[in-house]
Amino acid sequence: MTALTETERPAPTISRWRHFLVGKVAWMPVLAAVVILVIMLVAGQAYFGRFVTPRILSSLFVDNAYLIVLAAGMTFVILTGGIDLSVGAVMAFTGMLAAKLMSTGVPAPVVIPLMLIAGAAFGLIIGVMVHYFDVQPFIASLAGMFLARGLCFVVSLEAIQVKNPLVLGLQSVKINMGDWYVTPTVIIALLLVVGATWVLGYTRFGRTVYAVGGNEQSARLMGLHVARTKVLVYVVSGVCAGIAGLLFTAYTAAGYSLNGIGTELDTIAAVVIGGTLLTGGSGYLIGSLVGVLVYGVIKVSITFLGADASWTRITIGILLLAFVVVQRVIVARANRR
Amino acid sequence: MSVVMRGISVEFPGVKALDGVDFALRSGEIHSLLGENGAGKSTLIKALTGVYPIDSGRIEVAGRERTFTGTADAQSAGIATVYQEVNLCANLSVGENVMLGNEVSGRFGIDWRATYARARTFLSQLGLDIDPRSPLSSHSLAIQQLIAISRAVVVDCRVLVLDEPTSSLDRSEVDRLFAVMRRLRDQNVAILFVSHFLDQIYEISDRMTILRNGRLEGEYLVGELERPQLIAKMLGRELVELDSIGRSSERVIERTGDPVLRVLALGKRGSIEPMDLDVYPGEVVGLAGLLGSGRTELARLIYGADRADHGTVQVHGSTTRLSTPRHSVEHRIAFSSEDRRAEGIIGDLTVAENMVLGVQAKRGWFRRVPRARRDQIVDQYMDSLQIRPRNPQALIRNLSGGNQQKVLLARWLATDPVLLILDEPTRGIDVGAKAEIQRLVSELAERGLGVIFISSELDEVVRLSQRIAVLRDRHKVADLDNRQNVDVDDIVALIAKEGAA
Repeated sequence: MTALTETERPAPTISRWRHFLVGKVAWMPVLAAVVILVIMLVAGQAYFGRFVTPRILSSLFVDNAYLIVLAAGMTFVILTGGIDLSVGAVMAFTGMLAAKLMSTGVPAPVVIPLMLIAGAAFGLIIGVMVHYFDVQPFIASLAGMFLARGLCFVVSLEAIQVKNPLVLGLQSVKINMGDWYVTPTVIIALLLVVGATWVLGYTRFGRTVYAVGGNEQSARLMGLHVARTKVLVYVVSGVCAGIAGLLFTAYTAAGYSLNGIGTELDTIAAVVIGGTLLTGGSGYLIGSLVGVLVYGVIKVSITFLGADASWTRITIGILLLAFVVVQRVIVARANRR
Repeated sequence: MSVVMRGISVEFPGVKALDGVDFALRSGEIHSLLGENGAGKSTLIKALTGVYPIDSGRIEVAGRERTFTGTADAQSAGIATVYQEVNLCANLSVGENVMLGNEVSGRFGIDWRATYARARTFLSQLGLDIDPRSPLSSHSLAIQQLIAISRAVVVDCRVLVLDEPTSSLDRSEVDRLFAVMRRLRDQNVAILFVSHFLDQIYEISDRMTILRNGRLEGEYLVGELERPQLIAKMLGRELVELDSIGRSSERVIERTGDPVLRVLALGKRGSIEPMDLDVYPGEVVGLAGLLGSGRTELARLIYGADRADHGTVQVHGSTTRLSTPRHSVEHRIAFSSEDRRAEGIIGDLTVAENMVLGVQAKRGWFRRVPRARRDQIVDQYMDSLQIRPRNPQALIRNLSGGNQQKVLLARWLATDPVLLILDEPTRGIDVGAKAEIQRLVSELAERGLGVIFISSELDEVVRLSQRIAVLRDRHKVADLDNRQNVDVDDIVALIAKEGAA
């Protein structure tokens, strides 16, 4: 006789609610982030009085436009199970490069594409190291970070002021809608979020990103273009760092070598708080946007309290810890089923 | 579309996996690839699909010489492969897994509605009536295997390679798969089929190619070769039937002294109900039952890999706490897990290193096993267990399943255990290696080792054990004395009986 195999047992009856949740497990952390955001806003309103106002909500987006862009790029990388520590430094470097070039008179329409290309180049190097040379993403992007930061100092040790009206206009032009306002930087960031959401949800590349994060070996055996995808996510992240460099330059009106130190960690924190699993394969771009807003609200609240800025980091740290634990619990539960 | 492979050789460090093999796959046929574990079946498949580069030889597909750079490349040429382990993404939906890379495009990227609709038609072709939007992880392994196969159908393959697709399927699922295979064959698809179940091979295939030790043994029409001849060709010796081991069930066990192991009302909520079990020196106690009946769970509780919340364990008559594997190792209890790849071997270490791991763990990590002792262990077991290739420096992951299992056996035997728990030691390995492992277990018991032997293959359990505990739905339902020559059918009847649970 041959081996006996398990006969299928009838699935236990599950409630309608549970049935609804099946397959939407990945949305749970996003939902949790939204709940946190709402709670913080409500608490802020109750404590400070005029907290949830159009002005403050608008400024949340304006002040964090570059972070939204970075988080969008980082989401691609983390979804494949990787990490990109270089984004803060690349953002600073592209900003420096732009400020330097513009101070020598190169026009903005030339400089801006150069920033994106520089960002893409960093992403490409990291991606190739990760995929073809099998270097840990952590190490490869750490190398990218040092390289970009070092190049900043090569460009200039001093801050370089930016006077280009086109670049400054990205930040200074305020489009008012009643008490609300947006700047071109916000529009760029939000358009990027929409575009990236579409790419992740409705293109083959985007779905391959999820497949690679879910099971790289399987994705390869399924005949998907794993190599191309893994390299491309770092290029996407690099381009986003380039765009963030532009937005940040507009925001600070200068390029400075020490800009964006630690920003990569803020970005990763925002993505994780937004519900993307660090192990890859699960998460949504919209979650990362929410993550950035949570980060922004914490920063504003600390300012309102007049407390030391280090409390922002402490709060983010605690939140991050809580979220990682929540994610572990959710994943463990999903596996048990 | 036909595939012709000529003089294919593939070499790994220390292993010649394929040596000048010829293989021809014609369109509209189901062609079985047979051979012992390590004969080179999987390697041949991976050579064809470009997962492994070939060292020499040529591959012709539809008359043209081709070398594929990987699965994707082979797939675009119409060669789809379904592997033994389900290679899908658990984080995605069923429909996406089926359609990934072949999604229906609309004006705004992927048209999900149409994609899922197509996925549903492909699934229903295999008789799978499941919601394509449900997550893959919510389905059983067997269903996932069928989903993987419907994926191969999607890519409109002209050559379909099925590498042991049936090992996790039950009979009705196998029938479904076979129906699909026949239909594809009638559509002139060339199908390469690998299975360990000879019944299935005789049922479905038109032609067979037999490999042995990386060499071609021959190609035959199914009608040409009777089963005993086939087995003889696979094993390459004069028909070594498993039965030649003989039944060791009649062996009389001295049950007067203290048992090696006495388990009293051991249980864990949600895992297994409290049950008793004795193992005397020199005795093989078989655990029989279906997957999920509590066989593995009991073994893990005894070993301390999982923690029991009920009951006691006595080793040589004295009550002990075996709450972690460390305690078990101290009490000279060894456990070989059913999951050879994940919980057994350490793939990146050599055979020798894997072998001394048990002894090292017992000594404690800070007291290195002396070189002489290490060499002596390796020499002894390489020979006595006939591990092939006889190269202690080969990486264990390059060995066949059967040989990996033997290395694991050596690992535990080297620690000089009094009780050996073997969970599915013969799963997924070929007849020859199975026979060897069974003979080893039998010999070890004769020399006084207590053994708990778990296997899905009941004839194996019946042949080896002096006593058989039958488990069903996490209960022990019978304790059979095998001296009365228990029949496999008796056990099946006990397992199949309803109600008593």
